[in-house]
Amino acid sequence: MLDLFKRKTEDAAPKRSWTERLAGGLAASRDRLSGALAGVFRRRALDDEALEELEGALLTSDVGVAATAHLLEDLKARYRRAGADADPRALLRESLLALLAPLERPFAIGPERPFVIMIAGVNGAGKTTSIGKLAKWLQQQGLSVLLAAGDTFRAAAREQLAVWGERNGVSVIAQAGGDPAAVAFDAVGAAAARGIDVVLADTAGRLPTQRNLMDELAKVKRVIGKARGGAPHAVLLVLDANTGQNALAQVAAFDRAAGLTGLILTKLDGSAKGGVVAAIAREHPVPLAFIGVGEGIDDLRPFAAAEFVDALLPADA
Amino acid sequence: MLENLTQRLSRVVKTLRGEARLTDDNIADALREVRLALLEADVALPVVKDFVARVRERALGEEVAGSLTPGQALVGVVQRELTALMGAAAEPLDLATRPPAVILLAGLQGAGKTTTVAKLARLLREQKKKVLVTSTDVYRPAAIAQLATLAAQVGVDVFPSADTDRPVAIAKGAVEWAKTHYHDVLLVDTAGRLAIDDAMMKEIAELHAAVSPVETLFVVDAMTGQDAVNTAKAFRDALPLTGVVLTKLDGDARGGAALSVRAVTGAPLKFVGVSEKIDGLEVFHPERMASRILGMGDVLSLVEQAQKSVDVDDARRLAKKVRAGKGFDLEDYKQQIAQMRRMGGLAGLVDKLPAELRAAASGAQVDDKRVGRLEGIVNAMTPSERAKPEILKASRKRRIAAGAGVSVQEVNRLLAQFEQAQKMMKMVAKGGMQKMMRGMRGLLPGR
Repeated sequence: MLDLFKRKTEDAAPKRSWTERLAGGLAASRDRLSGALAGVFRRRALDDEALEELEGALLTSDVGVAATAHLLEDLKARYRRAGADADPRALLRESLLALLAPLERPFAIGPERPFVIMIAGVNGAGKTTSIGKLAKWLQQQGLSVLLAAGDTFRAAAREQLAVWGERNGVSVIAQAGGDPAAVAFDAVGAAAARGIDVVLADTAGRLPTQRNLMDELAKVKRVIGKARGGAPHAVLLVLDANTGQNALAQVAAFDRAAGLTGLILTKLDGSAKGGVVAAIAREHPVPLAFIGVGEGIDDLRPFAAAEFVDALLPADA
Repeated sequence: MLENLTQRLSRVVKTLRGEARLTDDNIADALREVRLALLEADVALPVVKDFVARVRERALGEEVAGSLTPGQALVGVVQRELTALMGAAAEPLDLATRPPAVILLAGLQGAGKTTTVAKLARLLREQKKKVLVTSTDVYRPAAIAQLATLAAQVGVDVFPSADTDRPVAIAKGAVEWAKTHYHDVLLVDTAGRLAIDDAMMKEIAELHAAVSPVETLFVVDAMTGQDAVNTAKAFRDALPLTGVVLTKLDGDARGGAALSVRAVTGAPLKFVGVSEKIDGLEVFHPERMASRILGMGDVLSLVEQAQKSVDVDDARRLAKKVRAGKGFDLEDYKQQIAQMRRMGGLAGLVDKLPAELRAAASGAQVDDKRVGRLEGIVNAMTPSERAKPEILKASRKRRIAAGAGVSVQEVNRLLAQFEQAQKMMKMVAKGGMQKMMRGMRGLLPGR
């Protein structure tokens, strides 16, 4: 959904490292959190008022009621253990890191060929754009890629993926109209015949409440398995960082339908902070494979919990 | 799962029973629950704080009417205030201007702008307007092609654009074209943009200045979290918004963003997107949204959907038959099943129920696939078998099972369910309907 080439003129600024960019992308949430926290920590004591302010700061980052309560309890326990001269900010960073660390697991392409990755998500989460970026990332690892245009529902979804294929110089398997499972089946067969390393299978956007569409997703997965035993080897859910607590329902529903192996968190370059990841870590942990931190083709990055915490809650602000 | 506010409050207010007036003391805990319920529904924290303060102010000193508990009285105050904040009534589009009336849509990436343009175009075309649409999204691959495809589907004209054009030039060209071709309405689709992207926010302001729209609609995803306030603020500052469209409301998000956006922009919510299909755009109903955010279920929409899907003639014929004392047979049962499917499937219905009923319904393990199978079994029967189910013996059942691709046990189960339904129909025939309805009304949340 993002333009990559049109506004390249603005890229005249020297390329920033991705941590800088992530930090930039998360600046809004950091300001909010650290603004409130600065107030808290100037007092250096963790009294009720301070905790309430802190609670508010976490809640405005979409951390959610339950995960916020958990983090505050954890912080209180750490504070008691550490003694009165402890730095609450450092302690909260520890709490956050402890919560997020289990989500950090490097996304690896296994030995299977073709290695099939299925991409799912709600409408407008950024699936097709993420596939474009992911294709680039895979090519940088020296892997050949094939795209399967599995969104046979939305108008011009195929064309959108085709543009991405062109930009990356990879083929796109598509059918006019057609059944999404059949497209995926064909793509896996074509990749095997052409000796291609990775298949990225796009799917139409669907909401967790649309039972027939969730069933369809399960079917696409089954049919991919028929084309190639053991496939798909990865099933990634694309989540919009703007999403509130419904992200939890999305993770649960897509996991039930298709067995998620990872998440991609998109649109972190806006003012949304993706704090819902903390809620996911607590209630339905699924590894966070990638985060989208910008509009450029290179702005898909592996998730690193420590850096995420740094960007969200810098040690020095 | 999310709890109904009524339920949550009933827990805290047990201690408050017997008090005649709402006071600071007896509503403190309850207000905390209100705060949590709103936060869980993704209402932005500053909006929640303002709102809770307002409810406290209104609630203090309020008398607790006879049969109510203080908690119920408070829910009443909450719902009243929430509805008031949402806007009193559904506001229509204001297209009163010299044609073409221009409608500009703006929002974040993936909010659903292009789909909304198509749905609006269809709605306006049904009102006999001559509609032109154009896309100024020269950034997202195939965005222009997407709008062109959708416009062809709904049968409205497209002002063509290319991704090498400048957005402002496209929009100006479209206005001229609409004037010379006597279009009543021009819908201008725009690229999704981040609120913090200054260049793009400047572009949308320029677009607005170039086409001077009568309606400038902010399109926002119902699943949006806390950041809805920041985004809405940025768009409000860049554009004089006249309305809001809330999309993807057919999901299970509680849609607290509606409240955040309304509080920040002051612009009325005009439409809600309720389906991926091209006719899935409905007029916004403040009181229904208030119930949904509070987790009280969208009973009114449920009733409306039921009315739309039930074939009135069928229902009348069945009622006459039942009243005449004629037996309710398998053919009627099948019609009932078909009607259930028309209502958008059981899953869709269950979503619209209030929280406590939803739990009960999911416990009953109803599932759309099963409904389809039931229909299949009845289809595998001969007309005489449908009229006289009592003739079904082992060998007929085996044939039906084979024909429908199910086991004989499933045929038996269907017949047992049918007998249940038949008994119910007999009760209805004896005038038990009112008693049944009274029983059901007891299950709905107190009004």
